[in-house]
Amino acid sequence: MALEHADVLRAAHLARLGLDDDEAAHYLDDLGRILAMVDQLQTLDTEGVAPLAHPLETTQRLRADEVTETDQRSRFQRCAPAVEQGLYLVPRVVE
Amino acid sequence: MHDKTLTELAAGLAAGEFSSRELTQALLARVERLDGDLNSFITVTAEQALDAADRADAARAAGNAGPLTGVPLALKDIFCTEGVKTSAGSKMLDTFVAPYDATVVEKLRAAGTVSLGKTNMDEFAMGSSNENSFFGPVQNPWDPNAVPGGSSGGSAAAVAAGLVPAAMGTDTGGSIRQPAAFCGITGLKPTYGRVSRYGIIAYASSLDQAGPLARTAEDCARLLTAIAGHDPRDSTSVARGVPDYTEELDAPLAGLKIGLPREYFGEGLDPAVEGAVREAIGVYESLGATVREVSLPHTHYAIPAYYVIAPAEASSNLARYDGVRFGHRCENPADLTDLYKRSRAEGFGEEVKRRILMGTHTLSEGFFDAYYKKAQRVRRLIRQDFLDAFDEVDVLMGPASPTPAFDLGARKDPVSMYLQDIYTIAINLAGIPGISVPAGFVGNRPVGLQILGTHFAEARLLNVAHQFQQATDWHLRRPALAEETL
Amino acid sequence: MQWETVIGLEVHVQLDTRSKIFSGASTAFGAEPNSQACAVDLGLPGVLPVLNEAAVAMAVQFGLGIHAEIPEVSVFDRKNYFYPDLPKGYQTSQMYHPIVGPGEVEITLEDGATKRIRVHHAHLEEDAGKSLHEDFHGMTGIDLNRAGTPLLEIVSEPDMRSAKEAAAYLKAIHSIVTYLGISDGNMAEGSMRCDVNVSVRPRGQASFGTRAEIKNVNSFRFVERAIAFEVERQVELLEDGGEVVQETRLFDPERNETRSMRTKEQANDYRYFPCPDLLPVVLDRAYVDHLRDNLPELPADKRARFQDALGLSAYDAGVLSASREMAEYFEAVKEVCGDAKLAANWVQGELSGALNREGLPIQDSPVSATQLGELVSRVMDDTINGKAAKQVFQALWNGEGQSADEVIEAKGLKQVTDTGAIEAMIDRVIADSPAQVAQYRDAEADKRGKMIGYFVGQVMKASRGTANPQQVNALLKEKLDALC
Repeated sequence: MALEHADVLRAAHLARLGLDDDEAAHYLDDLGRILAMVDQLQTLDTEGVAPLAHPLETTQRLRADEVTETDQRSRFQRCAPAVEQGLYLVPRVVE
Repeated sequence: MHDKTLTELAAGLAAGEFSSRELTQALLARVERLDGDLNSFITVTAEQALDAADRADAARAAGNAGPLTGVPLALKDIFCTEGVKTSAGSKMLDTFVAPYDATVVEKLRAAGTVSLGKTNMDEFAMGSSNENSFFGPVQNPWDPNAVPGGSSGGSAAAVAAGLVPAAMGTDTGGSIRQPAAFCGITGLKPTYGRVSRYGIIAYASSLDQAGPLARTAEDCARLLTAIAGHDPRDSTSVARGVPDYTEELDAPLAGLKIGLPREYFGEGLDPAVEGAVREAIGVYESLGATVREVSLPHTHYAIPAYYVIAPAEASSNLARYDGVRFGHRCENPADLTDLYKRSRAEGFGEEVKRRILMGTHTLSEGFFDAYYKKAQRVRRLIRQDFLDAFDEVDVLMGPASPTPAFDLGARKDPVSMYLQDIYTIAINLAGIPGISVPAGFVGNRPVGLQILGTHFAEARLLNVAHQFQQATDWHLRRPALAEETL
Repeated sequence: MQWETVIGLEVHVQLDTRSKIFSGASTAFGAEPNSQACAVDLGLPGVLPVLNEAAVAMAVQFGLGIHAEIPEVSVFDRKNYFYPDLPKGYQTSQMYHPIVGPGEVEITLEDGATKRIRVHHAHLEEDAGKSLHEDFHGMTGIDLNRAGTPLLEIVSEPDMRSAKEAAAYLKAIHSIVTYLGISDGNMAEGSMRCDVNVSVRPRGQASFGTRAEIKNVNSFRFVERAIAFEVERQVELLEDGGEVVQETRLFDPERNETRSMRTKEQANDYRYFPCPDLLPVVLDRAYVDHLRDNLPELPADKRARFQDALGLSAYDAGVLSASREMAEYFEAVKEVCGDAKLAANWVQGELSGALNREGLPIQDSPVSATQLGELVSRVMDDTINGKAAKQVFQALWNGEGQSADEVIEAKGLKQVTDTGAIEAMIDRVIADSPAQVAQYRDAEADKRGKMIGYFVGQVMKASRGTANPQQVNALLKEKLDALC
């Protein structure tokens, strides 16, 4: 499956990665070669094989509905780049 | 003291030959003196280490010592450590001081071990050479021009250089076993789910697993006993009892059935590496094991499947680094999109971006079935190869890497770097345990023998590795750097 | 042209768990910003989710309540997109294998008719945080307390054909979740919100028209108004030869209109894939059976029982079973007085009127169900007449007395049934009203029936409402006719 410049830009936008044109061209080249390697998968017949998401195929354990966490806001916000009145600040969000 | 194994140091501490403070001070001094060029540590936590050593000595004096009390070690900088920078080798987290401890860190602390600091690594564990670290490459203690392997390169180099007797690493596609092989030490990747992932900065959640790097299988057994077990905070950790992994170390190997995967001895394997590995297998035969060839027919699909699954999971796992709650944030963002795009463009390195783009692309509309679903189907076939093989044999053996450590800067092309992991990557897809043990040299660069077992066969693997180390002395060899004394 | 409206609803219900769906942080409403956002909710590096058992149980209870299939296996997926109130850059949801399969909800329309609305599925997911747009130097503040609150998203088939049906469906969902006790259903606090998909098509056309999605409508009234506006907008557009654009719109209750949300420069691509941090949820039969065996009586069953066993009309049964609180109150009144119809009349009449006037929910009624039941009993045993009963009710409402009997006693409202006493009052009224008596006498026999009302009123007044009206009527007629 051939990759195009627009695909790289689209992925970069979806992943919110700023790329200039040169970088995009560079990644287009790299990703093209990686995808060519990955495309070997297409030569394998997997008809009737179920996808495997986890190596052990165990099932989800459930947690009792208990409040176990206490307020640690000041500790957690020590590593935050911008906070005010306990809120994380971001550039204005327009709805 | 630096040339002793963890087991020997633990015995010395127990016998009162030296205190944990003395040992810790000695090793910190070595780090101070030798790690400048080696660059195996990102952060050295001398003060906390000495405090922990004093606590360990006090516990021993009070008669409360356990088998690992006072033993120094290091942690890959991917384990969250409360109050200590946890960078994952990335500029993105250069300023991130973790507000909590990973479960592995908690367990090691509870066992009385003393962490000297956080070791260098490929950024977000993406790499096979440790060249993808924001904090610079790590030298291989055997040869300053060689890479130490990756992504747990700092952990492997620190152990090989005698800075610590052991270090914790993580392995998503070979990141413990390959650097262990390159640095001439022993590295164990446990079964997926054996060790909690809570507090380990995620790369690819269905593949990541933590494990020890140390000089001997016996050391690894002691450490695995301390860190393994079910964690209620990790849904993927397995509720299964933890044995004392040292108990079976001495079991004789007579009758052991070894399988050699045909696909692990084919094209691309350095003949000198193959020679060392075959010689090691000869040692096993002399110990009473029988050897037969087996086939893992889907081996060549492992790297393609991995490079769909791991980047896909990574692209999602790394979306949380958005400059809002922690981590790098760009200066003066013009708007929200600018905040995201610049913070992430500035904070992530090239390989991380490559994998995020790759994963984003393969998960996107129109590609999901052809890539992700397909790779998951292939994943089942790869796992089945191993399960079928373990119906026939007890363990599989082969090289940990097709070549010994390569030169720094030698692998520029990402695909050729990826192909380096041909013998390790399928193991993570299958979720089985694997261990790499020193098995010789090509020139001055070590060769690792990889031993694989079925799910939860760690005790058997450690036994098989330990018996080899009783019969050989490859694991006792030290690089010139490590022989330097103060 | 005749147009037909087609509506489908996606209802988000906040499940009433103590802790979050994937963490042990509290879900309590109204805490200090970010004080209930733990490491897992914040998506700190290295954290992992563990699923809350209560959220699973509540989702299954809902599924059982709408007679849905409960698949043995459900799987959590990640929905990937960037937004500041979404800490991990993905929402953990269920795209491909939801916890609740197809089911159906019965709605009751205003004329008492019922209709079945099919539910496509319901899935569990985590809520996002909140963006606060007060000005922080031109910045937006993010509060992640709500992040990770469990939501059940209930997706209907496009089975509704009017705004009224949509509102009835929403009310039915509200009553099911509150009956089950799995949500407080508080729409003002956002415990229930819905996205409305609306399209129109020429009547008789089989295929659907292009739909618009109205996001985040948070009251029954707004749902009706938003749909009414949107239908009008689409019909006008089509009749003018235009086309409906598939888009997301917002309802503005102040201007009573929907408007297009700014279209994103690129369409979203959520890149759903199974969450590798969570394993498949497998529900064994015994667990589901246990939940089924312990389900409370649900609105539809209650409505049927009110009609069949208690003999209430379809309308009364519908109103009284609409909310769990209403039904519980009614049943308690009925329990005390023993008469379902009288109990129904009082709850829907005097009580509902008073509650509406004061804007109180029934659970905050100043008159308890026991008090009202006793009051109804006093009417039934003729201790008081209907008029006095209203006075007693008002007195109880105002807190003047603990019980109906106490008020009756204190106010002397006990009905007078002593014939001698009533006759004395009648005689006095007749003596005091010569003009009216003359008119009565001169009137045609068939007009007299109406004229007697004046005398009844005077006698009742004289008795301060306590005379038995039937007796007053009969005795008056007798005496007046004797004068003719």
